Amino acid sequence: MSLLELKGLEAGYGYSQILFGVDLKLERGEAATLMGRNGMGKTTTVRSIMGLLKPQAGEIRFDGHPITGLAAYKVGRAGVGLVPEGRRIFPTLTVEENLRAFARSRGNWTLRKVYDFFPRLEERKVNLGSQLSGGEQQMLAIGRALMTNPSLLILDEATEGLAPLIRKEIWEKLAALKAEGLAILLIDKDIAAMSKFVDHHTLLNKGEVVWSGTTEALTNDMEVVNSYMHL
Amino acid sequence: MNSTILLIQLLNGVQFGVLLFLIAAGLTLVFGVMGFINLAHGVQYMIGAYLTFMYYSWTNHFLAALALGLVTALVLGLLLEELIFRHLYTRDHLDQVLATFGIILFVNELVKVIWGPGTLTLPTPEILSGSIQLTENLKYPVYRLALIAIGLFVALCLYVIVTKTRVGMLIRAGASDSETVNALGVNISRLFMIVFGFGAMLAGLAGALAAPIFTIEPGMGDNLLIVAFVVIIIGGIGSIRGAFIAALLVGVLDTLGRTIATDAMGLIFDASAANQIGPSIASMLIYLFMATILFFKPQGLFPAQGGAR
Ligand SMILES: Nc1ncnc2c1ncn2[C@@H]1O[C@H](COP(=O)(O)OP(=O)(O)OP(=O)(O)O)[C@@H](O)[C@H]1O
Ligand SMILES: [Mg+2]
Repeated sequence: MSLLELKGLEAGYGYSQILFGVDLKLERGEAATLMGRNGMGKTTTVRSIMGLLKPQAGEIRFDGHPITGLAAYKVGRAGVGLVPEGRRIFPTLTVEENLRAFARSRGNWTLRKVYDFFPRLEERKVNLGSQLSGGEQQMLAIGRALMTNPSLLILDEATEGLAPLIRKEIWEKLAALKAEGLAILLIDKDIAAMSKFVDHHTLLNKGEVVWSGTTEALTNDMEVVNSYMHL
Repeated sequence: MNSTILLIQLLNGVQFGVLLFLIAAGLTLVFGVMGFINLAHGVQYMIGAYLTFMYYSWTNHFLAALALGLVTALVLGLLLEELIFRHLYTRDHLDQVLATFGIILFVNELVKVIWGPGTLTLPTPEILSGSIQLTENLKYPVYRLALIAIGLFVALCLYVIVTKTRVGMLIRAGASDSETVNALGVNISRLFMIVFGFGAMLAGLAGALAAPIFTIEPGMGDNLLIVAFVVIIIGGIGSIRGAFIAALLVGVLDTLGRTIATDAMGLIFDASAANQIGPSIASMLIYLFMATILFFKPQGLFPAQGGAR
């Protein structure tokens, strides 16, 4: 039984359909990507999984249970930790409050462990969310999701708009999380960086899966993938 | 005008501000967290006054009546949320305005049916009657001072809850981005129901406390509600601290304005013209104040979405 499974997912906004039957599977402890150019439906897929957008058709299963159309907070409680596009740090909460407010004690992630994982956050703990740099915000968004002790971490745009050094740090941290056994679904443009620790890739084009396969298959099929990524 | 009158008006202004804060606290959270415009919030103020009146006529004991009134106001708030308001959150603001306006009309009529269209009065509680000598030639009613004290105490409690507790963190987080709060596993609807219920209770508390000073009548909360909206816009929608500071500013400005404006106009016009122009200028003051604040700080003094808390 897969940890996350999408079958024939169709979703959209009002009358405009965006996803036309997306299939995706993610096993426990596995890291996978969702790739595609701007506007191809990656965020729409994530929002559907999270219950922030009601699918028009298809099925989403998490941990063996159907979660299609479930309220977002129930999806979060079921063990999906979201790092949303744009990071969406709460500006009027301090760093520590951003973390503590969402603590769910069902695993080994605690405030202490998050601070050990991202020492930068402890240095900034009394600062407001609005006072952080982009890199700090992304660390906080990841830490905030970890505080819910998820079994799946979803990152929509893991390193978008961050400086090269910070990107490197984020990639190292994500690889470390994977090594600890956390399943990760990743959206990002940096194929090379992701390929170092990701097992499986799914490529979206206009709301349809046009390619999927392992990292090994990806390196062999780079031309096809590139043709969809840079058009 | 002498300094004694000025001081009395200042105290009256603070007392008005405190009442405004009790109404605005719930309003700003409801608007901030759920983006829900609740015109019927003033109804909760009226209900608080009528309920306390009713319980007082049964028990003859002000504090008991107040306590029962608050509990009933809380229950009614939760009930209204569950039965009606909950279905309006996803609708656009025009629907919300129309529906909650309908509730105002309905409840105002209902109050007339139950208690009659006339005005009612609630006596000042025994222990708080009388006045105390504040300065040599200034006496001020104890009840009004108590009202100020209660308001400040509630403000302090709210401040501690909002800034120090986990529920408070979630309320603040919800005021800036309720969708993300939800995605992180928090049932924002339930949180909101609690906020709504206590907001209704605080408005009810304002109504109950105001009852011995003003008269109780159908629609008594409607005008105050408009001022409460001015308060939450000045303070920054979703901010308790903003609501508190703005409520005091508006309360004092409005009260002092009404005293001073006529005198000030008297310097320019003759007495009868001043008596006409003064009050109308005074009633514009808070709106001018709001416009000025918004010109410099379009999000209000303490925006929930942006920097300061
Ligand atoms: N709230 C919305 N209402 C209407 N259309 C939307 C909405 N959000 C996104 N879309 C449209 O849906 C399509 C897919 O958007 P989506 O955000 O899923 O793309 P994406 O793959 O995440 O792109 P990006 O790389 O830019 O984040 C786009 O054409 C976009 O314009
Ligand atoms: Mg996107």
